Amino acid sequence: MDILPILIDWSPYILSGVASTLGLVLTALGLGILLGLPMALGQVYGAWPVRAVVGVYVWFFRGLPILVLLFLFWFGIFPAIGLGHLSAFVVGAVVLGLRGAAYQSQIFRGAIQSVGEGQMIAARSLGMSKFTAIQSVILPQAMRIALPGWSNEYPNILTDSAVCYAIGVVELLTITSRIVTQTHMTMPVYLVAAGIFIILNYGGLKFLHGLEKRVAIPGFGTGAT
Amino acid sequence: MNDNDIVLRVEDIHKSFGGIEVLRGVSFDVRRGETKVFIGPSGTGKSTLLRCINQLTPPDRGRVWLDGEEVTNSGARINHFRQKIGMVFQNFFLFDHLTAVKNVELALLKVRGMSKAEAREKALTELRQVGMEDWAEHYPAELSGGQAQRVSIARALAMDPDVILFDEPTSALDPELTREVLEVMKKLAKNGMTMLVVTHEMGFACSVANEVLFMENGVVAEQGSPDLLLNDPRFTRMKDFIGRIDSRMSD
Amino acid sequence: MDQAVFLFDILLPALMQGLVITLQLIACSAPFGLALGIAVAVGRQYGHPAISWLCRTYVFLIKGTPLLLLLFILYFGLPSVGITLTAFMASILGFILCNGAYNAEYIRGALISIKEGQMVAARSLGMTRWQAIRSVILPQALRRAIPGLSNEFIYLIKYSSLAYMITVIELSGAGKLVATKYFTYTESFAAVGIVYLVLVSITTIAVNILEKRVAVPGTVRATPSAQL
Ligand SMILES: Nc1ncnc2c1ncn2[C@@H]1O[C@H](COP(=O)(O)OP(=O)(O)OP(=O)(O)O)[C@@H](O)[C@H]1O
Ligand SMILES: [Mg+2]
Repeated sequence: MDILPILIDWSPYILSGVASTLGLVLTALGLGILLGLPMALGQVYGAWPVRAVVGVYVWFFRGLPILVLLFLFWFGIFPAIGLGHLSAFVVGAVVLGLRGAAYQSQIFRGAIQSVGEGQMIAARSLGMSKFTAIQSVILPQAMRIALPGWSNEYPNILTDSAVCYAIGVVELLTITSRIVTQTHMTMPVYLVAAGIFIILNYGGLKFLHGLEKRVAIPGFGTGAT
Repeated sequence: MNDNDIVLRVEDIHKSFGGIEVLRGVSFDVRRGETKVFIGPSGTGKSTLLRCINQLTPPDRGRVWLDGEEVTNSGARINHFRQKIGMVFQNFFLFDHLTAVKNVELALLKVRGMSKAEAREKALTELRQVGMEDWAEHYPAELSGGQAQRVSIARALAMDPDVILFDEPTSALDPELTREVLEVMKKLAKNGMTMLVVTHEMGFACSVANEVLFMENGVVAEQGSPDLLLNDPRFTRMKDFIGRIDSRMSD
Repeated sequence: MDQAVFLFDILLPALMQGLVITLQLIACSAPFGLALGIAVAVGRQYGHPAISWLCRTYVFLIKGTPLLLLLFILYFGLPSVGITLTAFMASILGFILCNGAYNAEYIRGALISIKEGQMVAARSLGMTRWQAIRSVILPQALRRAIPGLSNEFIYLIKYSSLAYMITVIELSGAGKLVATKYFTYTESFAAVGIVYLVLVSITTIAVNILEKRVAVPGTVRATPSAQL
């Protein structure tokens, strides 16, 4: 039996898996920025209780394996707080996002701290409030500095998203396993799945590196001059 | 001279860092249109003094008045005063992600609330003042030190300040570039800008300063016209200091 | 059931058994992962063009593939082509392949950062190219790669949990079994999480000490303050 007809037969199913995987990744990345950036700001500019809370959050989410986090939230915490009705997809995306926020906050924090002290001093000397200075001087620079490191979160989250298989999210790996069970074409199907992940991986990275070039400023950060 | 001429009043400023008193009571008045030059050995608190004036470093004791209003203890109104007190730094501190013209525009947009068109026009006018209008669309990394410093002067000018503080504006520059920045500052002085300048450029001090304040160990040790401090035999400390830098430079 | 009885007589013993397996997985993978990383990095940087290409392709493929899928391939896929591995062996092989690829990237970065003069100096002393790589370039490069390699080691600790997905009852698997049997999900997984946190935290501290000890003078990291 040949792999090609099987692939063609199953292609809608495979595509739905790809969509689901990308859905997980994009939600997680979005949530990662949404939570990670305020966390980074809190860690750099916040009072000590804020810094402490963020520190513990980061320590917790970076210290646990993604598999354990998924189990903990899917079987334990979400049902315990009355969110047991959430779908596996939502839980998977949220957990990837919460964990992504922990990693991304540290990328943003490093970037914010690497903006020269003089930038804040100059902004304040012109009469800008601290808030305005952060918003229009520090963050535009920090985000550019953070972009290369942040881009590397994409492949990490993409490969981690496959672990959502463990809580029954119907993403690409789950679909792959189902096709394997149905067709008994074990190796070829796995290899095709690996190929799809690899394409998603490097395709996404290419896009992000293009973005880096687009927002690059002459002589600034790692951007091309 | 009446009191109305006084645009900035600095009263008995004290500042300590970690138990070491860097400023030990500094007072002076600045008349409108005046240029005062501060000179003194490294670590005597000249930069700290300038930063105490616009509260980037809040003083421990003493007061600062701008046009009769207290700048010290002004709470959130400090951002209003800082617009009126421009500052130019040794290392320029241009916003690295913005072109020259956007550097000048930013505070006009964000602090003054100007429209984009207004801000652009004003920014270009200020860049013209410092001879940088041709470089408006260049990023800081593409400018020489002298050019960057002139843009930073334009950035300060754009807020229509009552006084500009210069903290060693030419110390990071080669002699060639120093000259172009000093030319701009001379022009400002001639046009009636009020300036406080920390510098070791004695040529500039002699030709532009109305008054030179020689600082040592956190106090103003000698004070007077450049001519007086350099030629009157009663004043010795600044002359000694200048002699020391001159001999170091000729080594 | 009594909380204390559950904790001390059921959960903890199970987790300790799982922990032993986890530690075995790590101990069997880490040294080979490091060796593979070195070999791939050196092969890519100094090898024959064909070898260099092979090393690059290997890293490319592994980094693009989810580790869990790699484990599936090794455990469920290989038997279909006549190679049957135990779940434990498949896990170790997967971890080595994955860890090795990421290690190789850090080591290669470090190799590139070693100044050319080092090679020239070594060759001028009469060393062969391989001698120079082995005794001059690599020792310096490995030292520089330590922060990255330690990071990967910590990842290995966490990702060893994926072995459970191919039936190895290691730490998280042990937790899962107890959780399912006694219906104690939050408690069990929290306990599992604590064990990982302890493992990771201890390793982080150990790694920081190691980094300080082997730090080359003149490369101290500065942390600028952003307070105003
Ligand atoms: N933020 C600060 N924290 C601690 N110490 C400080 C701080 N700012 C300045 N100092 C110290 O205060 C003293 C005076 O510094 P200041 O920069 O005002 O001197 P200066 O006269 O401008 O010297 P220079 O000619 O080197 O610029 C120095 O000993 C300096 O180390
Ligand atoms: Mg100074």
